[in-house]
Amino acid sequence: MSIWEYANPVKFMRLSGRVLPWVAIGAAICIASGLVWGFLTPPDYKQGATVKIIFLHVPAAMMAINIWAMMLVASLIWLIRRHHVSALAAKAAAPVGAVMTLIALITGAIWGQPMWGTWWEWDPRLTSVLILFLFYLGYIALWSAIDDADTAADLTGWLCIVGSIFAFLSRYAVLFWNQGLHQGASLSLAPGERMSAVYRYPLYLSMLGFGLLFLALVLVRTRTEIRRRRLAALIAREVRA
Amino acid sequence: MIALFARDIRLATRAGGGFGLGLGFFLILCTLVPFGVGPSGATLALIAPGILWVGALLACLLSLDRIFALDHEDGSLDLLATAPIPLEGVVVIKAAAHWITTGLPLVVAAPIFGLLLHLPAIAMPWLVAALLIGTPALSLLGAFGAALTVGLRRGGLLLSLLVLPLYIPTLLFGAEVVRRGMVDAAPLTPLAFLGAITLLSCALVPFAGAAVLRVNLR
Repeated sequence: MSIWEYANPVKFMRLSGRVLPWVAIGAAICIASGLVWGFLTPPDYKQGATVKIIFLHVPAAMMAINIWAMMLVASLIWLIRRHHVSALAAKAAAPVGAVMTLIALITGAIWGQPMWGTWWEWDPRLTSVLILFLFYLGYIALWSAIDDADTAADLTGWLCIVGSIFAFLSRYAVLFWNQGLHQGASLSLAPGERMSAVYRYPLYLSMLGFGLLFLALVLVRTRTEIRRRRLAALIAREVRA
Repeated sequence: MIALFARDIRLATRAGGGFGLGLGFFLILCTLVPFGVGPSGATLALIAPGILWVGALLACLLSLDRIFALDHEDGSLDLLATAPIPLEGVVVIKAAAHWITTGLPLVVAAPIFGLLLHLPAIAMPWLVAALLIGTPALSLLGAFGAALTVGLRRGGLLLSLLVLPLYIPTLLFGAEVVRRGMVDAAPLTPLAFLGAITLLSCALVPFAGAAVLRVNLR
């Protein structure tokens, strides 16, 4: 009994079908209660009510980065062990990650307008999230540009590896570029020292909810991809017969 | 390998190869910018490092399809893949030939374009050094992007979407070298980072590019 058994699409479909409703319900409960609890927190002494956007912004930003990491791992598994489910999971995760990145950027802008007095600032943190968004776009565009599924999986896998290295490089290069000009650590996430428990616990709940939401979405999308593959195989068989 | 190198350079320099187009593009860019932002020398000098580097990126990008696409169309890429030299070597040679025909002319002509944009004389050596050290990374990363999209019919726009994000660190450090060169504030530090990125590309791209080419030639 190893985890690789679930590389078999049949077993994956069976397990994911059983798990999916629970993950989805868990995500709904966590996000709903996290956001409501977050909404009921008292206003911050300095930021007022705008602090409450953190319950959307921070989980989305966290998922934006971690989804790319998940795609990297899935791409490596595909390139090394040739498990189709892995490649399809990477494909399924990319649009979710792109949307999470967009949510992080938009909520950040909405918060930044009253707090910093600007919708956008070329701050290292903001810039690197924007760069990550560009990498997501390129990855999705490459997937949709190639017809043959295995070729697409291979090429996007390599793009993900090289892209990860350069996204990582960019992340630290932008520190060099605009360090000290603007608040680099103002969005720093160190809940243990920076935030009071009033905000911290709903934030944890919301983060857990976003994680579960991602899991549910990836499972649904991967299942769809597997079914689409099966359908294509069936059609090909019909055409031949 | 030397024969392949010579062949690529010959193809690029002969008629229809597009040699010099990069320079022409660069010249047009440097002519257009003053129309866009006004002829004030102070403003131009301020944005000159960025314009020159963005111009170098775009000039490089425009000639990327030459690296593999033509060879793929007439089938010589398949012959190269079965040739006794490793495909990794082919990628390196092709990127080197691309650099000689687009990157190097830019490096040589850069001071002239710098003059057009009122770049202070003190920054000129830094501009040349940054382009000399940075543009090989552009050619190498571009070769990876070209290998990725070699089999695609409408690869042009996609290529720019894939390659330009990879160019961000190079652009950032390259422009920083020139900016710091203008005020004489330790431009060697970003130059060292620029060299590191080029070396990283040298180490990484041949293998990634060859792997991607193998997939596309399958």
